[in-house]
Amino acid sequence: MVVTYTASEMMTVAAARALDNNDICFVGIGLPSAACNLARLTHAPQLTLVYESGTLETKPQVLPLSIGDGELCETALSTVPVPEMFQYWLQGGRITVGFLGGAQVDRYGNLNSTVIGNYARPTVRLPGSGGATEIATGCRRIYIVMRHGARAFVEKLDFLTSLGHGPTGRERRALGLQTEGPTLIVTDLCTMRPNPETNEFEVVTLHPGVSPAQVREHTGWAVRFHRDVEETLPPQPDELSALRDLLQRTARAHGSAATE
Amino acid sequence: MPEFLSLAAAVSRFVRPGDRVALEGFTHLIPFAAGHEIIRQGLTDLTLIRMTPDLIYDQMIGGGCARKLVFSWGGNPGVGSLHRLRDAVERGWPRPLELEEHSHSAMAHAYAAGAAGMPCAIFRGYLGSDLPRVNPAIQSIVCPFTGETLAAVAALRPDVSIIHAQRADRRGNVLITGIVGVQKEAVLAAARAIVTVEEIVDDLETGGTNAIVLPSWTVHAIAVAPGGARPSYAHGYYQRDNAFYTEWDAIARDRDRFRRWVDDEVMRVGGGAAGAAWS
Repeated sequence: MVVTYTASEMMTVAAARALDNNDICFVGIGLPSAACNLARLTHAPQLTLVYESGTLETKPQVLPLSIGDGELCETALSTVPVPEMFQYWLQGGRITVGFLGGAQVDRYGNLNSTVIGNYARPTVRLPGSGGATEIATGCRRIYIVMRHGARAFVEKLDFLTSLGHGPTGRERRALGLQTEGPTLIVTDLCTMRPNPETNEFEVVTLHPGVSPAQVREHTGWAVRFHRDVEETLPPQPDELSALRDLLQRTARAHGSAATE
Repeated sequence: MPEFLSLAAAVSRFVRPGDRVALEGFTHLIPFAAGHEIIRQGLTDLTLIRMTPDLIYDQMIGGGCARKLVFSWGGNPGVGSLHRLRDAVERGWPRPLELEEHSHSAMAHAYAAGAAGMPCAIFRGYLGSDLPRVNPAIQSIVCPFTGETLAAVAALRPDVSIIHAQRADRRGNVLITGIVGVQKEAVLAAARAIVTVEEIVDDLETGGTNAIVLPSWTVHAIAVAPGGARPSYAHGYYQRDNAFYTEWDAIARDRDRFRRWVDDEVMRVGGGAAGAAWS
């Protein structure tokens, strides 16, 4: 039997696989939330999820629509005030993985979620940092999940909201940061890891059926490929059924609003 | 001891044009009824402070209440943009909006500093970000003990903070449960505080975990506003109206449709019935 799946499912599954039982994960809404909960429902049942609304060790049955859904609080071990969340838990260095995305990412994993165009007179005013700026520096490492596209994977960011490895790939150490920064980008086409020498993200696995040319076409910089690019393991039946069940439960709970 | 007032009386008594106003509630317990009362009373020139402007500030910005916005994440959660906020920033409608933009961590620390009576908040933040380049309110300070350079922002000290809570007792003590957000800090940081509640009870019944109680002497006015957080939610009372958050996208995209919505759902609703607009 041929298992069919969408690019979006491949992306979510690939992101979920990067998490393990020892992780304490700061979760954002959308794809990260789907990936983190999929990991918890499959290979990493002990995975600890933390949402910035203050919910510690939450185990939602359905994906939340907002970062502060009641479901997150009701299924949490404890819920703390938002200042405490950012002070003791994030700044205190207790989070192993932060998931981030944005409107733009560059080759060093720096992210823009603030504006397209000039800051004072933007073409598009985006939502802004939210927790991202300090998640990017406070978590031990960062996973980035974004759909591939030349307008999103850019040569130069319009605005640097959240630090990756910095504009030249070498800024974290100069800023005194002990955390690793972004170590993985998962897209609907491939997965990427930073080159150990330069911190430039390069393609390490291509999702089944995706060609290097496709990735080049959808990347705004001259993207590099790892010497031994492999094929991403396609979504397995148990991963797909867990993900689809989760999304169906979510759709039933929220109506048509649930997308990821 | 706070005064027990109608919502209209509480807003007219404690909110003045030009005030720095914080309506807080982190997704949960957003004080929509109070925001609508501010629109109805035609209060303008406000500096609106809120971590997540959400639909409530989209409505107040589109309603012409705001001169300036202090914020850290300006989207419609799970849906997309806040179109009234974007129209004000991108095209100056209905009036230009000055932005003071932060991160969540900065605003959370700044509220806590305000509650603690400190002049500023110090934290490890904004490292490598462009935000300090565009926001002169973001400064840095060197730790005298370790030499580490830390971010510093002024404490948030609103003229008035407004929150919605599950209930108050007859002495005016206020209970908040569920996702408690930054409301305690916002109330304690402010010169004046208004709390709208679902109901007044004899006994707060604080037995549950995570309950926050604001003592009566930290609050200036309490107004009963059942459903006053809709389309946000009140844990234990009603759920978030996710469908309305989605519908809002189309309403707010179009200036005329937005104006009609304000006329129908805010201006023609009396203060006493505020919050019932979507029920």
